[in-house]
Amino acid sequence: MEPLVNYLLISVALFTIGVYGLVTKRNALRMLFAIEIIINSATLNFVAFSRFLSTPSITGQSIAMFAIALAAAEAAVGLAIILVTFRLKNDVDVSELKELRG
Amino acid sequence: MGAIDLADIVFYILAIITLASAILALEAKEIVYGALALALSLLGVAGFFILLDATFLAMFQITVYVGAIAVLIIFTVMLVRREKWVEKEGVNRVAGIFVTLLVALGMGLVVLQSNIGQRVASKEAASFTQIGVQILSLYWPVIIILSLVLSAAVIGAIALAKLDRG
Repeated sequence: MEPLVNYLLISVALFTIGVYGLVTKRNALRMLFAIEIIINSATLNFVAFSRFLSTPSITGQSIAMFAIALAAAEAAVGLAIILVTFRLKNDVDVSELKELRG
Repeated sequence: MGAIDLADIVFYILAIITLASAILALEAKEIVYGALALALSLLGVAGFFILLDATFLAMFQITVYVGAIAVLIIFTVMLVRREKWVEKEGVNRVAGIFVTLLVALGMGLVVLQSNIGQRVASKEAASFTQIGVQILSLYWPVIIILSLVLSAAVIGAIALAKLDRG
């Protein structure tokens, strides 16, 4: 079995890719992709740590399940917002959304 | 170095698939291909779950993420897409890559410097039947709140996406 460090490095790499997407992209769909990638890196961390406890434990997997379910809710609302944005602006560029700017 | 384990080979193949398709999800010119690459990346994470003896969670990941979220995303992409869609780069790309490398360097050094690498996995994995026991005895309030959050999210999504409002 691979050591814990390898899983953590994969998780760091996924998180970093997600951060890169959030920083550089202005397309709302791409930003949603980046958020999904970040959430996945977090769940991977939970599962990896729970597997490498000295006594077998399932808690990390339960928490990961809750995280996946929350990510589903977040994706549903996010996609609905993107649809409304497209209907209003005919584009999903977040730099065009200035309605709430004071 | 001992004999190369089959699980090690699978690990590295999964790592390449997951990371490459995560990058492709963000960088693919056509956003539909990006959505498909995202689904592949999520499948790769499910593969890591299997390697970590979390088979039930891997099935959950495939059902919820690849089965529901990825399909939802692909449909939305098809609804939203335009012909010859030019995506504007937001901030300076070089600055973005610089920030990203800083984050990677910091987190990677934290992981590598810690003595976490010496941890060994316990001999046998926890049985996945424990998940059911745990979420129904210890975490039952979470299930109730989560169901309320999910229904609120679905109702909110329908209310947002409704065509005729008012």
